[in-house]
Amino acid sequence: MTTLDASVPRPAQRPASDRDNYLTHARGFLSWAFTLDHKRIGVMYLVSTLGAFLLGGLLAMLIRTELLTPGPTVIDADTYNNVFTLHGAIMIFLFLIPVIPAALGNFVLPLMLGAKDVAFPRMNLLSYWIYATGGIMLLGVLLTGGLDTGWTFYTPYSTTTNTSVGLATLAVFILGFGNIFTGVNFITTIHKLRLPGQTWSKLPLFIWAQYATSVIQILATPVLGITVLLIFIERVMGVGIFDPNLGGDPVLYQHFFWFYSHPAVYIMVLPAMGVISELISVFSRKPIFGYKAIAGSSLAIAIVGFFVWGHHMFTSGQSNLAGTIFSILTYAVAIPSAIKVFNWVATMYKGNIRLDAPMIYALSFLWLFGIGGLTGLFLGNLGVDLHLHDTYFVVAHFHYVMVGGTLAAFLGALHYWWPKMFGRMYNEPLARICAVLVFLGFNLTFFVQFIAGTKGMPRRYFNYLPEFTVYHQISSAGAFLTGLAFFIILYYLLVSLVRGRPAPANPWGGATLEWQTTSPPHPHNFPEPPVLTGPYEFSALVFDEEVGGYVLRPERAGGAPSGAEGHR
Amino acid sequence: MNWLGRLAAVAAEGAEDIRGGGFWMPQSASTTAPEVDFVFYFILAISAFFFVLIVALTALFVVRYRARPGHSEQDSPTHNTALELTWSIIPSILVLMMFWFGFKAYMDQYNPPANAYEILVEAQKWNWSFQYPNGYIDKDLHVPAGTPVRLVLTSQDVIHSFFVPAFRVKKDVVPGRYNKVWFEATQPGSYVVFCTEYCGTGHSDMLAHVIVHPPGEFEAWLEKAANFLDTLPPAEAGKLLYEQRGCTQCHSVDGSPRVGPTFKGIWGHEVKLRDGSTVPVDEDYLRESIVDPQAKVVDGFDPVMPTYAGRLKDKEITYIIEYLKSLGEEQP
Ligand code: HEC
Ligand SMILES: [Cu+2]
Ligand SMILES: [Cu+2]
Repeated sequence: MTTLDASVPRPAQRPASDRDNYLTHARGFLSWAFTLDHKRIGVMYLVSTLGAFLLGGLLAMLIRTELLTPGPTVIDADTYNNVFTLHGAIMIFLFLIPVIPAALGNFVLPLMLGAKDVAFPRMNLLSYWIYATGGIMLLGVLLTGGLDTGWTFYTPYSTTTNTSVGLATLAVFILGFGNIFTGVNFITTIHKLRLPGQTWSKLPLFIWAQYATSVIQILATPVLGITVLLIFIERVMGVGIFDPNLGGDPVLYQHFFWFYSHPAVYIMVLPAMGVISELISVFSRKPIFGYKAIAGSSLAIAIVGFFVWGHHMFTSGQSNLAGTIFSILTYAVAIPSAIKVFNWVATMYKGNIRLDAPMIYALSFLWLFGIGGLTGLFLGNLGVDLHLHDTYFVVAHFHYVMVGGTLAAFLGALHYWWPKMFGRMYNEPLARICAVLVFLGFNLTFFVQFIAGTKGMPRRYFNYLPEFTVYHQISSAGAFLTGLAFFIILYYLLVSLVRGRPAPANPWGGATLEWQTTSPPHPHNFPEPPVLTGPYEFSALVFDEEVGGYVLRPERAGGAPSGAEGHR
Repeated sequence: MNWLGRLAAVAAEGAEDIRGGGFWMPQSASTTAPEVDFVFYFILAISAFFFVLIVALTALFVVRYRARPGHSEQDSPTHNTALELTWSIIPSILVLMMFWFGFKAYMDQYNPPANAYEILVEAQKWNWSFQYPNGYIDKDLHVPAGTPVRLVLTSQDVIHSFFVPAFRVKKDVVPGRYNKVWFEATQPGSYVVFCTEYCGTGHSDMLAHVIVHPPGEFEAWLEKAANFLDTLPPAEAGKLLYEQRGCTQCHSVDGSPRVGPTFKGIWGHEVKLRDGSTVPVDEDYLRESIVDPQAKVVDGFDPVMPTYAGRLKDKEITYIIEYLKSLGEEQP
């Protein structure tokens, strides 16, 4: 290894300006469209998923505007039904599922492993184009009759409505392949392309989380694909699968659907948990507390998460025995999540905590995901769910998990890796203000929904009883505040691309390998193999005033990569 | 200002409608509701404790260990088996307790007492029909207080869900299945019934009421209600049926379009059908449209009207036709 190391030139010593990076390496549309560089594919995913988020967010604003008053406010009932369906479908299939794994994971995962790229770069490009095709098809329903089934496509409503269900189900079917390919790619990459000496216990927890997520993507997504295909077949050929008028069983559909869609919750949440493990430890300057417990609980969640789908169906008339088993298992899967939260809190103990924007997002994740997780205890309860099922309590619960959890983690991760991705620092004070605004606006929007739901306000309601007005108006006010904050975030991030201070290689002092390459990285990631350090070995770093960022301590940087020493 | 004033007014009004409820749960009016509420507040207390714990610890750490000149991180163990076991085992015990209480509440809601009074519930887009043992059908659910009532739920079209917040009772209404649910109302009064499974355009207007009669008054009400129609002139009886049996969800009588055509001024005129032909609106056409709606579909509308064959008696159909006729006659 020493010989290999010595034979490589040391580009870090060249001046920053003439460093080749992946953004400037090649130019023109085709150099992006056909790129095999995981970083560029990550950026394409990032732009696309953010576009989807913008659209889904605007639809959310329309929903909250309509709900300002009972009865029609700005749109009619059918339009409303289309709007909430598309809001859900776009946010889940085009934003939440791909955003952390495919956008950020694609960029960061090979770098964290010290690899040149993912294991199958061509397949990676294919994943993106499948995603783009599926995304365009899903948006195509806007022009071909809309979609009014809810993102859940419950039968027999979905097999009998005259909106564009056929196109939508095909889109979801196609999108699934993109996810499966990404999952296969990541698992192979993690197994095969780790830096020599980077054993499983030296992997960053973000990688563990991606690994667990990929397992779910590969095992669960095909079930969704087949399920939506069955809807398509029933609609087009009139084969009775789910529609009782044709001899089918509508509850069977719910089993199939949730067999995918509950694990899908973890597809959205596990990568977020991975992000939080990185952020909390970096900004507390402390190694993660209970590394093994966190890594293990990711896997436990991934496995047990496959056996809890029936908690969405306590009122459907499934057997009592089934309901009982699903309830127990749902409680079982709560434990690993709780363990993670305790570990994160313990990581901060005796640290040196810096409240940069990524850390503010991480803290808001802890609190919001805390509420999201704890309110799940109500819904997993057989007796209480009979009251709360399909009310705003559920709406609030999953927004706390998806927005308070996944979105907060994504924003934290985006700010954290932004300097690495684009080589520029954003406006930090403004970013902190926005992080707080998002937190406040989000709570204003969704906390009242717990109260409305407990009082009985059903979900997916265009019209509502006047006594719920006050809750809806507070909620809408919160939504507008959150929306405003997102626009400010978009603004300063775009500004940073042109006017931001050039970023050092390691502005935050992360000990994972991606921080050892330049910002933005070289097209081939590491012109020389990175020095293997433990993912949370912050003692290997010192702050360098001249560089404006962290660098490896000289005794770790020079000579043989010290990773080889710790390697059995 | 104005907006705030309205908010306050609405809040005050709301307080009246969510009678007897606390900050969280609405009023409770069935025998099983207190049990559900107990489990709810049990989980709430534990959740609140853990949430406050997490918030307090993070806040404390952020304040005590914030980065500042002269402060740096200090060594501490990176894991601690005893601590980690504690925070795995205690939550496990607590969630098992939650499960157990919830399971008991669920089973009590599931097993009806043997002597329960049975009512058939039929859901369709977008209304409820409640059929009593004597055959009478009403759009609201009338029940006696202090008697267990068992509902047999079935749907004409898509999945709906029967939800009475005051009773903490919910059950999906699935086509092709008979789902059952029971409750025993404790307080006379009127409580709202929601549809809680998304079912299309009129989902949020698919409401009904549970009217709980004081013990002893229910039988008298039922008898009167069952014979009431025959005491009315046919057109008025028809109007009542029209309102009771869900026609209003899709049709209007004032000319405004809904999911189905309006009935204003159609009598005696011709209507254009989907296939391009026209038919005169007479008694036979109206009868056919009600019994076999798909036979002649009006131009510009989707064939979504459910059939009423077997669900409206002959006499009732005649009443409705008389009512629809009476709408036409008012036209010049
Ligand atoms: C789910 C919505 C729905 C409900 C409920 C419903 N209808 Fe209809 N109805 C329609 C639609 C849509 C049409 C037009 C298409 C057709 O002819 O089938 C229609 C057509 C009709 C027509 C023919 C009207 C014309 O202009 O020629 C009559 C008569 C009628 N309905 C009567 C009734 C009565 C009486 C009831 C209540 C017992 C009722 N409908 C309930 C949707 C509904
Ligand atoms: Cu679930
Ligand atoms: Cu409904």
